[in-house]
Amino acid sequence: MKLQDKLIHSFEKFAQNKQGSETEHLSKMRAQAMATFTAQGFPTTKDEEWKYTSLNKNNKRDYELESDFSLDLTPEDVEGFLCTGLDSYKLIFVDGVFNPSLSSSALQDAFSVTSLKEAYKGNTEVFNQHYGSLADAKLSMVALNTAFAEEGAFVHVKAGAVVDKLVQILYINSDSTKAMMSQVRNLFVVEDRAEVQILERHQSLSDDYVFTNVVTESSVGNEANFKHFKIQNDLDTTSLVDGTFVKQGAKSSALVDTYSFSGELTRNNLHFEFAGEHAEAHMDAITLLKGATLVDHHTFVDHAVPNCQSNQLYKGIYDEKSKGVFNGKVMVRKDAQKTNAFQQNNNLLLTDFASIDTKPQLEIFADDVACSHGCTIGQLDDEALFYMQSRGIPMKEAKAFLMFAFAGGTLKNITIPQLKEQLINLVAYELKVDLELNEAMH
Amino acid sequence: MLKIQDLKVEIEGKEIIKGLNLEINKGEVHAIMGPNGAGKSTLSAVIAGREEYEVTGGTIEFDGKDIMDLAPEERAHAGVFLSFQYPVEIPGVSVTNFIKTALNESRKAKGLEPMPAKDLLKLMRAKQQLLEMDKQFMSRSINEGFSGGEKKRNEIFQMAMLDPKLAILDETDSGLDIDALRIVANGVNKLKNQDNAVMVITHYQRLLDHIIPDFVHVLYDGKIVKSGDKTLALELEKRGYDWIKQEIED
Repeated sequence: MKLQDKLIHSFEKFAQNKQGSETEHLSKMRAQAMATFTAQGFPTTKDEEWKYTSLNKNNKRDYELESDFSLDLTPEDVEGFLCTGLDSYKLIFVDGVFNPSLSSSALQDAFSVTSLKEAYKGNTEVFNQHYGSLADAKLSMVALNTAFAEEGAFVHVKAGAVVDKLVQILYINSDSTKAMMSQVRNLFVVEDRAEVQILERHQSLSDDYVFTNVVTESSVGNEANFKHFKIQNDLDTTSLVDGTFVKQGAKSSALVDTYSFSGELTRNNLHFEFAGEHAEAHMDAITLLKGATLVDHHTFVDHAVPNCQSNQLYKGIYDEKSKGVFNGKVMVRKDAQKTNAFQQNNNLLLTDFASIDTKPQLEIFADDVACSHGCTIGQLDDEALFYMQSRGIPMKEAKAFLMFAFAGGTLKNITIPQLKEQLINLVAYELKVDLELNEAMH
Repeated sequence: MLKIQDLKVEIEGKEIIKGLNLEINKGEVHAIMGPNGAGKSTLSAVIAGREEYEVTGGTIEFDGKDIMDLAPEERAHAGVFLSFQYPVEIPGVSVTNFIKTALNESRKAKGLEPMPAKDLLKLMRAKQQLLEMDKQFMSRSINEGFSGGEKKRNEIFQMAMLDPKLAILDETDSGLDIDALRIVANGVNKLKNQDNAVMVITHYQRLLDHIIPDFVHVLYDGKIVKSGDKTLALELEKRGYDWIKQEIED
């Protein structure tokens, strides 16, 4: 049976089990979502939005939907997947289940950092108000997630509050007994003038295939400051489809940075919507791939109101047979005057087999706006390599220098030194060099 | 130190160097002159190890060892330095970071520890002063937005830092005004000693007013067709290259 059919078949039993334990509102939402997914199925390459990324392989694999085996993990086991050297709140999920002993959550008057299940029980009002309100229910992957999602991260910051530490979210798949598909759901509610920074990562410890479909809804209030960093460095047996939906109030600042290093297939759907004026959105990304990996970035920024600005800086370096996609859509609606939208996608192809499909898509219906976009595809400069070699810098290090320099600018919005250092180390590790390259990355 | 015998070099099937012989001993300054297209820059690139050029015959020995199979960085570690006619801009890499990496890679190749930061800083300051460069220069991206003079000073600064046995200066005088020329030449002269050697590639006499050569060679059509002392350069300046072409054809 295809995965798609398996999902559809298993829903009835899933819904039955849920009966009584959830509100009618939520049950209805699930049923509607399943109807959407049943009608659409997985997106295919015939769908314009999925032209370059096929889920066909995933659809044919025998993923299980429920895990019944988990490793008993210690903090040392997961430390390598966290940003270390700083005090942080941690939400760690193992095979879809929140693990309190590995985590350090926060339940304070000013803010909550906890699991979605806990929030559903204890923070019902906020949950009901925001859950499912931002994600686009018409998208089949979102619908699939809504139908089944039970657990994930919940961060709620009340008006004027500042979360004093980085929030780290780690999803671990430890079940090696079978291939697994999971639906993970994050809900971040950052009220007016509140601030929080979040780091999210998915990590498989399994030898078998893992397919994660994650949906994140981030509601960012007026004058709030929100940063969401994603590190995508999972095994080459993992696929990740990420749908992230951010809605921003007036004078707010929101950032979603994506740093992708591996994974068989990664699809990032990033939606920003401006609901209040004078807000700014930032999206920075490094994609550094080799092997036969694929990362597909689809961004959509909806300038629905005037006087907002959006900045997208996507840089990709593709080695061996890896493949990249960048599709950046910016919508400037009729009344969104004084919009400032900037989009840049720069790519380096290191071999003849690597590829990038890049497509800027600007739809502008206002007349007093400043929108710019640019994309480049290039190779490492031989002349520069020879120059460095002639000064005694070996080829590998010389290449790394050029690549680091190329990726420059993408870490500029990271203010946590430990996080910046971790990312620089990840890049250096990928390039297999031991160089002090920090300054080149700023 | 450098011994080139019957060197033949092609690029994309076209022969550029056609049987060239040259020997440079330590303590010597050699000038290579010649008209455009004679093969001067090709010669310097081949000594430094540029891979695009195909060596089809002959040998290059450095310090008694065949260096033909060495990568450019290995030649640099052995003591070869090429000052580029057109130094390459590398955005995002500062002069300090670049030279530190270059110097420490060279030390690593010799089995030495990286130079302690304090010593490195001291050395950099001394060489900066030699080339009359200001401090801000060190934190700028290498060659990015540098003027012609700054680029060449930066080349000689790197040469001073790396302390090579053989420095090849490829058209170092091009794009320099009188003051920059003086600073660059002065830098080279201060670095010159009995144990190293300099090969100056130039079109014009003017650099040789400052860096006095022991030998002057004329490169024409892929070969050294005439050698002499510094007076040969003066004669070329006065008479051009036509009389040499005439001599060969006769």
